[in-house]
Amino acid sequence: MIQVESLTKRYGERTAVNNLTFHADKGEIVGFLGPNGAGKTTTMRILTGYMPPSSGTAVVAGYDTLTQSLDVRRRVGYLPESVPLYTEMTVVQYLDFMAELRQIPNRQDRVDDVMEIVNIASRAESYVGNLSKGLRQRVGLAQALLHKPEVLILDEPMDGLDPQQQIDVKNLLREIGKDQTVMLSTHILAHAQELCNRVIIINGGQIVAEDAPERLSSRIAGGSRVQLTVAGDGTGLQEALQQLPGLTAVRVITDGQFEIETAPGKDARPAIAHLVVTGGWQLLELHQEKLSLEEIFIQLTKDEASNVKKAEA
Amino acid sequence: MRNAWTIAKREFNMYFVSPVAYAVAFMLLIVLSFIFVSMMGAAVSGLGGAPDPVQLLGVFSTLLLLFMTSLVTMRLVSEEQRSGTIELLLTAPLQEWELIVGKWLGAVAFLGLLVIITSIYPLILNAYMEPSFDKSALAVGYAGLLLMIGAMLAIGVFVSTLFSNQIAVFAATEAIMIGLWLISSPTQNDSGTLASILNYLDFSSHLYDTFFRGVVKVTDIVYFVSFTVFFLFLGTRVLESRRWR
Repeated sequence: MIQVESLTKRYGERTAVNNLTFHADKGEIVGFLGPNGAGKTTTMRILTGYMPPSSGTAVVAGYDTLTQSLDVRRRVGYLPESVPLYTEMTVVQYLDFMAELRQIPNRQDRVDDVMEIVNIASRAESYVGNLSKGLRQRVGLAQALLHKPEVLILDEPMDGLDPQQQIDVKNLLREIGKDQTVMLSTHILAHAQELCNRVIIINGGQIVAEDAPERLSSRIAGGSRVQLTVAGDGTGLQEALQQLPGLTAVRVITDGQFEIETAPGKDARPAIAHLVVTGGWQLLELHQEKLSLEEIFIQLTKDEASNVKKAEA
Repeated sequence: MRNAWTIAKREFNMYFVSPVAYAVAFMLLIVLSFIFVSMMGAAVSGLGGAPDPVQLLGVFSTLLLLFMTSLVTMRLVSEEQRSGTIELLLTAPLQEWELIVGKWLGAVAFLGLLVIITSIYPLILNAYMEPSFDKSALAVGYAGLLLMIGAMLAIGVFVSTLFSNQIAVFAATEAIMIGLWLISSPTQNDSGTLASILNYLDFSSHLYDTFFRGVVKVTDIVYFVSFTVFFLFLGTRVLESRRWR
């Protein structure tokens, strides 16, 4: 549904997007993550046919965004980051205008439908300029859904929504994502973790990681981290643990508390538990934690930043 | 074309929720009514001759040229660019020329409506005049005025694609329009190629001696129509230029 091949966008000297290659399939929700200025919005603008790439190709819903731009635009719903709407129109006027531009048959019914879907029908006659950020966001989303697009591209769709609205939008996107393609960008990693089948992390215009959220954790961390607590101060336990195979690091946090990093592949917990008990320590707690997307994100984008600094030096 | 019509309808309706449009309408109709009343007064007191519809149209078109058209067009595309709404328009299946033509059509409809309202002054005048003046000449004068408005609004639409700041658009549009109004004045008394080229480019030369005297000349129609098409084309190219910038 979305097929991007070595996409590059330069603004003069600055390269905003550098040689991106990725794809998104039908029935998939793909999250696009990255710090500010990573190239998320630029990529989305290229995918929606708003601007052309400097090089590379993007095929969306089966059409090339550069040469078949109108065909792409007919099949894509887009919510830009700042949700630019006509403030001097009412919600229903605005949606009717967009429906007319998209030449939707029976457009009054469809406008009523989308207002129902995003739960804004009660404010249909309000001026867009008088709506709160969250409500505007929903009008923007309604506008993107009008023509039942095959591909939905959403730039920061959760921005400015309260927690209940976020849940509503997530449910809505899950529903849409079942048989359409949804691509969304976000800063809030928890949303991506919950919502997306696949996450693409970009930084400095390049993909630094791409995988299912849960697999990203194990792949990037290279293993997992085990927290161990024993009664007392745990004298001698650190040395004993270091003798165990399959552990990459053992750190003492406070007396009796250890943080152990394990090599990928094998669950080290049975071996650790056995060692503790047979060694005469009293085991209070043992649990394995996965690196959250947040930590992976910071790790990845930080590495990238330090590489850039090195290169500049 | 259907999309251009959709855009035009929205633009036309938006004039009636914007205070600028009411200010323009008020200014135009009130200023003209003052001129009209003073012309009537002069005629009644015997100081001036019978009021001349050409004079009314002439004063009027100068006024339009100097203020109204750039006030009407200054926000058209620039506001879309400033607020970012253009992103949603151009990611809908809408082509650049449709957007430009739609904006222009909406502005022509609004200003054309105002111009047609102003015809009440000559018509009132006519009711008290003996012999009454030539109504077909008046109609020709108005046709010329509408053609001129079309060309001036096209310039305004084009300039509004250049900047996202409305004041800049207003100033630049004014500069072009006043320039076109006065372009032949330095060579007014000369003859030769340069003088005739400048005289051809001059807006006023296509109105005062022909349309405002009830004369229709094909060259004048061609002049205004080609001016309109040229600037609408330029505006479209500017919008398209984001594709290769």
